[in-house]
Amino acid sequence: MANNSIYKPELAELVRIEQLTEYEKLFEIALANGRESLGHLPGQFVEVSVLGVGEAPISVSSSPTRGKNFELVVRKVGNVTKVLHELRTGDQVGIRGPFGTHFPLEEAEGKDLLFVAGGIGLIPLRSFIQYVLDNRHKYGRVIIFYGCKTLPEQLFLDELKKWRRREDVELVETLDNPCRQWKGNVGVITTCFPKVKIDPENTICTVVGPPVMYKFCLIEARAQGIPDDNIYLSLERRMKCGVGKCGHCQINHIYVCQDGPVFKYSDIRGLEEAI
Amino acid sequence: MEVRVLIKSQLSSLIDRIIEHVPVVGVKQKEGKYVYAKLDQGKEFCPDFDVTVQSPKEFIFPPRETLFDFTLGKDMQLNPHYSKDTLVIWGVHPYDIKAINILDAIFRDTHQDKHYLMRRENTFIVGIDPLRASEKSFWSSMEADKVDKGFDFILTDLGDEYIITIGTQKGRDMLDKHGVSNLASETQIKARDRVREKQKDLCLSNRKLNFPLKMLPYLLMKGEINKLWKEKAEKCFSCGSCNLVCPTCYCFDVQDEVDITLTRGERYRVWDGCLLENFALVATGENFRGEKYQRYRHRFYRKGLYLKKKYGQFACVGCGRCATACLPDIADPVDIFNTLFNSLKGVLIHG
Repeated sequence: MANNSIYKPELAELVRIEQLTEYEKLFEIALANGRESLGHLPGQFVEVSVLGVGEAPISVSSSPTRGKNFELVVRKVGNVTKVLHELRTGDQVGIRGPFGTHFPLEEAEGKDLLFVAGGIGLIPLRSFIQYVLDNRHKYGRVIIFYGCKTLPEQLFLDELKKWRRREDVELVETLDNPCRQWKGNVGVITTCFPKVKIDPENTICTVVGPPVMYKFCLIEARAQGIPDDNIYLSLERRMKCGVGKCGHCQINHIYVCQDGPVFKYSDIRGLEEAI
Repeated sequence: MEVRVLIKSQLSSLIDRIIEHVPVVGVKQKEGKYVYAKLDQGKEFCPDFDVTVQSPKEFIFPPRETLFDFTLGKDMQLNPHYSKDTLVIWGVHPYDIKAINILDAIFRDTHQDKHYLMRRENTFIVGIDPLRASEKSFWSSMEADKVDKGFDFILTDLGDEYIITIGTQKGRDMLDKHGVSNLASETQIKARDRVREKQKDLCLSNRKLNFPLKMLPYLLMKGEINKLWKEKAEKCFSCGSCNLVCPTCYCFDVQDEVDITLTRGERYRVWDGCLLENFALVATGENFRGEKYQRYRHRFYRKGLYLKKKYGQFACVGCGRCATACLPDIADPVDIFNTLFNSLKGVLIHG
C-alpha cells in the first residue's frame, strides 16, 4: 500500500509576488521540505492549496530550465485564487504534483514551432517557450501568436519586449479591441495565421487558450496544411484530485489530469465534448 | 476454497458472539424496506432481503471522510487521517460484492488511495447468496449473480443449514475464533453449487438485456449520437439520486472546513454526482457538461464503456437501485441499453 496520502500537499513558500495585470498575479514558489525542485516539464500542472479555503489546479508557467523555484500565474476568479491573491511573500501554500502530460519537447526538436496563445493561454505556453529559448539550437523557427482582448490584459510585458527584439523569435501580437497607441494586428487570434508563411509539414503547432478558441484555431491550422499529428492542445477541466480518481475532469474515457492536459490533436479528434 | 457448515438456528447466536468483539452492520428491515444498519443483536439480521435501499458502499467509502487535518499560522502541520476502525458488514449480495471489487480496483490503481484502502482492509465482508431479487434487479444480465472473491466468507442458504464458503484467511480466523469449524460434505457443496446455478433465474424475466453483455461497449460506441439521450434527459431533474444509490459511483469533491478557533481545520471529501448540474463547472464559469443530456449520457457511458476500458470491468452490477430511485423513471439501464440495442440493430447487423 502507498506510504502516504495522495491528497496531502507539501508545504511551499511564496518567495516573490508580482502583479501582472488587474486580475493576474505571478507567484514564485520554493518548496519547503528540502526537495531540490518541482521536477516538472512544461505543460504540467500542480494542485495549489490555500489551507482552510481549498485547492485549485494551476499550470506551471516557468520552465524547469529557469532554476529550482517555479512560477505560477493565477487569475483571481474562484474561491481559492481570490484568497491566494491576498497572500504575501513568506506565506505558505500547499503543493501537490506536478501532474499530467507535457508539451512535445522532444518531438518538436529540429522542427519549426508555432505557439498560439489566447489570453491566459500564454501562462502555460510560456513554460514551453522559455524551455525552447533556453535550448534554442535544438529547434527551428519560433513563431508566437499572442492574442488578447485589450492591451491591459497582456502578460509578461518584459518578456514580450525581449521576444519582440530577438531575431530568432517571430512574434505576432493581436488585440480584439485595440486602443489608440496600438500599432499591432487587430482581430481575433485566427487573423494572425495569414501574417506568417510557415512550412506546415515541418511545424509543430501548440494551441492554448479559452475553450471557445480551439475550434477556430484548429480550422485555421488545418487550413494552413498543418497535419493533425503536429497540433497540440492543452485542455482545461475541473481537475479536482489530480490523480484520476474524483471523476471531475473526465472527457469520455479520458482523464484530463492524467491523460492530459496536453493532447495531440489527432488523439482526441472526434471525441465528444472535448473541443 | 474451504467450505464449512452452520446449522441455521445458530446463525443469530454467531452474530451475537461477533458483536461482542467488533461492531457489525447488517441488513435490517425498516418501513417495509431493507437497510444496512448497526446490529445490536443477531436476530435483527434479515437474511431473506431482496435489495437494500443503499448499498454497503457508505461503510467503506463514507459520504464524508476527513483526508487530513491541519493547523493554520506560522508552523502549519498536516496530519493525514486513516481509519483504524474494524467493521463487519453482514449480508452482502454477490452484485454488491462485485461493486466493492470494482471500487477496490479503482482505489488500488496507480496513485493508491490509502484512505480507502486502510478502511477496506479493516472491513470484513460477510456475503450471502440471494433468495430473491427485487423488482428492478437485473444482476444476472450483468453477470453478477455470483462471485468468487471480495468476501471474507459467504453464506448460502440450504434450507436447514448455511454453507459457509471461506474467501480469506481473515474470514477463516473469525470462524475459528467463534467455533464454526464443521466442514461441509461433498453433497452439501454440490447442493450449494446447484443453488448458485439457479440464482440467475431469480431476476424477473423482463429484467434482462436483449443482447450479450460483451456487446455493450460496442453498442455504446455506435450510439453516442442518438436521439435517445436527449429525449430521456428532458425529464431529468439533475438530482443525482441515481449517483447516490449506485454501489459503484465513487466521484467525490474535496472541501476545506476551518473550526471556530480559526487556528485549525480539516480537508475532507464528500460524495459528488456526475448528474448534478455543476459537476464539470470550472472557476472561470465554463461548464464542460452543461447540458442535461451530456450528463445523463456520461453516466451510462461510464458504466458501460469508459470504466470498462480503464479497469476491464463494467461499473454496473445490475442492482436496479438507480431505476428504483429515479423519480421521472429515466435511469433504468435495462430500458436504456435495450432501447439503444433496438434502435441500432440494423447498424450492428450491417456493420
